[in-house]
Amino acid sequence: MNDSAGKTVDLVKAGLHRRHRRERRFRLLGLGAIVIGLSLVGMLFTDIVSKGYTGFFQTGIRLQIDFDPQRLDPEGNRDPAVLSAADYAGLVKQALRTAFPDVKSRRDKRALYRIISSGAALELRAMVLSDPGLIGTSRPVWLTADDDIDMLVKGHVDRTLPETSRRVKDKVIGWLERLEREGAVTTRFNPPFFTHGDSREPEQAGIGGAVMGSLYTILVTFLLSFPLAVATAVYLEEYAPVNRWSDLIEVNINNLAAVPSIVFGLLGLAVFINFFSLPRSAPLVGGLVLTLMTLPTIIIASRAALKSVPPSIREAALGVGASKLQTITHHVLPLAMPGMLTGTIIGMAQALGESAPLLMIGMVAFIVDVPQGVLDPATVLPVQVYLWADSPERAFVERTSAAIMVLLAFLTTMNLLAVILRRRFERRW
Amino acid sequence: MNTITILALLLILMAVAYQVGWRRSLGVAGGRSGVRKLHSLPGYYGLYTALLCGMPALLVLGLWVAFQSSIITDLVVADLPAKLHQLPPEQMGLLINDITNLAQGNITSGEINPEMQRAAEHYRSLQQTATAALAVVVISLAIGGILLGWRLISPRLRARNRVEQIVRWLLIASSLVAILTTLGIVLSVLFESIRFFRIIPVTDFLFGLGWSPQMAIRADQVGSSGAFGVIPLFAGTLLISLIALLVAVPIGLMSAIYLSEYAGSRMRALAKPVLEILAGIPTVVYGFFAALTVAPFIRASGESLGLQVSSESALAAGLVMGIMIIPFVSSLSDDVINAVPQAMRDASYGIGATRSETITRIIIPAALPGIVGGVLLAASRAIGETMIVVMAAGLTANLTANPLESVTTVTVQIVTLLVGDQEFDSPKTLAAFALGLTLFVVTLIMNVIALHVVRKYREQYE
Amino acid sequence: MNTTVDAAAVIGAAPVAEARNEEAETVNPAVYEFTGTVGDITAAQPRMTARNVDVWYGDKQAIFDVGLDIGQNEIIAMIGPSGCGKSTFLRCLNRMNDTIDICRVSGEIRLGGEDIYDRRMDVVPLRAQVGMVFQKPNPFPKSIYDNIAYGPRIHGLVGSKSELDDLVESTLRKAGLWDEVKDRLEQPGTGLSGGQQQRLCIARAIAVSPEVILMDEPCSALDPIATARVEELMEELRENYTIAIVTHSMQQAARVSQRTAYFHLGRLIEVGNTDDIFTQPRHRLTEDYITGRFG
Repeated sequence: MNDSAGKTVDLVKAGLHRRHRRERRFRLLGLGAIVIGLSLVGMLFTDIVSKGYTGFFQTGIRLQIDFDPQRLDPEGNRDPAVLSAADYAGLVKQALRTAFPDVKSRRDKRALYRIISSGAALELRAMVLSDPGLIGTSRPVWLTADDDIDMLVKGHVDRTLPETSRRVKDKVIGWLERLEREGAVTTRFNPPFFTHGDSREPEQAGIGGAVMGSLYTILVTFLLSFPLAVATAVYLEEYAPVNRWSDLIEVNINNLAAVPSIVFGLLGLAVFINFFSLPRSAPLVGGLVLTLMTLPTIIIASRAALKSVPPSIREAALGVGASKLQTITHHVLPLAMPGMLTGTIIGMAQALGESAPLLMIGMVAFIVDVPQGVLDPATVLPVQVYLWADSPERAFVERTSAAIMVLLAFLTTMNLLAVILRRRFERRW
Repeated sequence: MNTITILALLLILMAVAYQVGWRRSLGVAGGRSGVRKLHSLPGYYGLYTALLCGMPALLVLGLWVAFQSSIITDLVVADLPAKLHQLPPEQMGLLINDITNLAQGNITSGEINPEMQRAAEHYRSLQQTATAALAVVVISLAIGGILLGWRLISPRLRARNRVEQIVRWLLIASSLVAILTTLGIVLSVLFESIRFFRIIPVTDFLFGLGWSPQMAIRADQVGSSGAFGVIPLFAGTLLISLIALLVAVPIGLMSAIYLSEYAGSRMRALAKPVLEILAGIPTVVYGFFAALTVAPFIRASGESLGLQVSSESALAAGLVMGIMIIPFVSSLSDDVINAVPQAMRDASYGIGATRSETITRIIIPAALPGIVGGVLLAASRAIGETMIVVMAAGLTANLTANPLESVTTVTVQIVTLLVGDQEFDSPKTLAAFALGLTLFVVTLIMNVIALHVVRKYREQYE
Repeated sequence: MNTTVDAAAVIGAAPVAEARNEEAETVNPAVYEFTGTVGDITAAQPRMTARNVDVWYGDKQAIFDVGLDIGQNEIIAMIGPSGCGKSTFLRCLNRMNDTIDICRVSGEIRLGGEDIYDRRMDVVPLRAQVGMVFQKPNPFPKSIYDNIAYGPRIHGLVGSKSELDDLVESTLRKAGLWDEVKDRLEQPGTGLSGGQQQRLCIARAIAVSPEVILMDEPCSALDPIATARVEELMEELRENYTIAIVTHSMQQAARVSQRTAYFHLGRLIEVGNTDDIFTQPRHRLTEDYITGRFG
């Protein structure tokens, strides 16, 4: 053994402790990064769910409603036009006055009326219109409570705060506590949240309009982007000669994939709305913009799917005398279809979550009606989230979180579908 | 009859055309037994007829729908009383808006006078005429196509080759959409930007230090000057993006390193998809998280330390944007780290290096170009990100490097300038397009460099 | 440790029996039968001693009960057909197999009296003592200088820049590369020719002054002239180092080594002086291999 070798081992061993400590530190750093990343995911979801799960529920107040014929149908001929124009808000006020006879002053009365949502009148109208036989009867009815009361019942209002710094005053809390003692306050699942359009009143606002808007927008996007993307991918993979032209297309697609989404919104505004004068806020325009935005994603995925079909399949088809188009439509496309569909679903999920370009083309308007077609003004689910997040009412926070939960549920389903599709049809050649 | 009905009718006609072509080919061949005499299978004759029927009609339909409303508007405007022609362009735009709204039965912004009423009538009647004319033209074109097919079909017609030729051209046309999109982006933002630069000089825009796009409509209004200096916007954008990268790069890179060099296969299979969830969450959700959870938290903790924190601090937006781009950094780094050949690791371990020494001295330097490319891509993503900053960053331009203050970004300004009612000719609206152009150019340059670097890096190990 | 070895022997028995049966149909079983390594597995001055080594990849056993000494200042060649386990065995000698998750080693391998698979054994100093050169030249994508300096730097072998300069120069001289690269030490090592790259890798390994150098088919990617230069270098290095080389070339084994070990299907069939093995092999399998009946 030579001297230098002996020296080496000693030198190495001398530094070992320090090096291993550094190794452990580095490893911990990596583990820390993972833990931080995972806990961020956890935090995000916990935050949304904890804020939002109550958004699916709504406080109701039971009142004895007297369907007074004098008020509703003085003529007594049950004419629907008269019935729908009647003063239902008056019924609610009457019922509240009866329930709290000791409330006298004008100011107190106004505060009392405000514990029931202004939408309650509409609920009563719907009841009467569907069953005119109610007129003349008196019965307990569950009515939607105002958003402030809803927040109070759900515990989002701190009752220990001094009265001046709280939205719900002591007197109102007193009334509510009396109702609670009588069992006339309850919090129930809230189907209107899924069917209603937007509203300025949180307790009446729903995601129905936004969901339909999203549906129409995504439908347009799918109908345009899928055929276009498949055709482009087929051209680039199967037909295009390798030259500057196809290079240009390819570079173009790669760069488009990384263009900020808001720039697509500018394109939509300048071209579709200002140049072609298509209607603002319409799912059609939204779909067009999102088509252009998602095309690169789907094209790239479709090309990968086509590439994975082995050349031997093409040669086999060509060898028995099939034309190029026949080879593609009979053999290559069916084999590449699962991959293309997976890419398309991922592109659609991307489009479903997108909001920035849609702000540019006016899908950010306040729209109460549920859209009935691709040309009606509409908004989409993510933009609805944006609109609600901007609203000052406390009750919109839980609505926003609930809408986010619905959005995430859609996205999760789509991504799961993509994963299942990939697993199911994954083929190894 | 609206466009959708016409479209549906056209589809039905195409189905009819297919049948016609199919039967006709059998007819000229002399029944089923004569199929061998035909050049192509009967189905191809059907397809050929259907294409003849549908394609010209669809083309006309598309162009017509695209240009109909602007032509009608021009006609209506030309027909307006002479005194209305004197209106300045902004008010003209408003007027036209009102007329179309009136014609469609929507609510108008101003009062309705008889002239507008008349114009709206005119608009409506022109629209009806146009739609009727469109229906006639499209349907006659379609029927003409069928008749042409009927005449052309003979046993020697090379129907398959023709169909394949047409399909090939359709495919080429589809692939042009990508080019047209880029062209559309460039032209639309460039065109409006040029109009903007006619009002505001390019140098004022690029090097100006102040941004307050409130331009008065009347000259006597307060604050009518307006300032369009983009520097504070870019400073704000860069500040937020920098914070985002400071969060995302260490976490993303270290988790990629840990997952590819240390973690067992089970942990990798679990942690990787969970981290990638972050990439699938819509940005509006991050915006909500930033505005309602992170910003108040930062503000509260800053105040408990005695710091002045804005409720729209750059820190909150940057942190959350950082969370958003973690998966970008980690999956791109993961790719490049895995592309470093195993031989490099073997060589290093063979000399007795520890894992961390191998990583920091061999793998990271070797993967550096790829990592830099990935970080550039993430940075361009951060610069172009809109919703998080719209919801969590401020509106007023503020030239500061203090992350606790509120800053605004390019994308926030584009949104604020363009959302809501707008006249298309004011410098305020045009400024949004100039900002869009700047944003497009900056991100494009970053992407081109990043893609180039990444590709070069891949080639190195192939 | 002992219990594992016993269990391994039991598990190992089945595949051996199968292998024997397969061959029994075509050749004389009496001659081909494996009844333990033929020849003397010990060396006069052992640097490393391996006994009862078994290696598994997952459920598959790759090495069966191998024992072998590697002697001081000798070159020992390990030969055998592809997949015979010679490379696997070599990689056990500095625990390079640790980097493969599913690989498991049992038995006993000692370096200067220390069991290298002992739980307290640290692979870092082990690998500093037992260096390795790989099949394909794998210089780091760094300068020639940094390639050589990598080992001394991480192990903290030198105190100053000038000391490091001296070490790099003397190492490159030992590797016979100095005159070829002295003017371009700052250029990337990947820019050298294949043969130069492999000598650079050998230089990189000897820069930390290991006691043993393991070479895994170091010339398989090189042309004959470059191979000749590497073989010369090995001969020079033998004065100061112990070298274990895996090679698929019998000629190379015959040219450079003093002792040769023949592996077959995970077993060490025969060990002996190189001259003896190539002139008068004692086992039928060895004879078939060196006479070119299979390979």
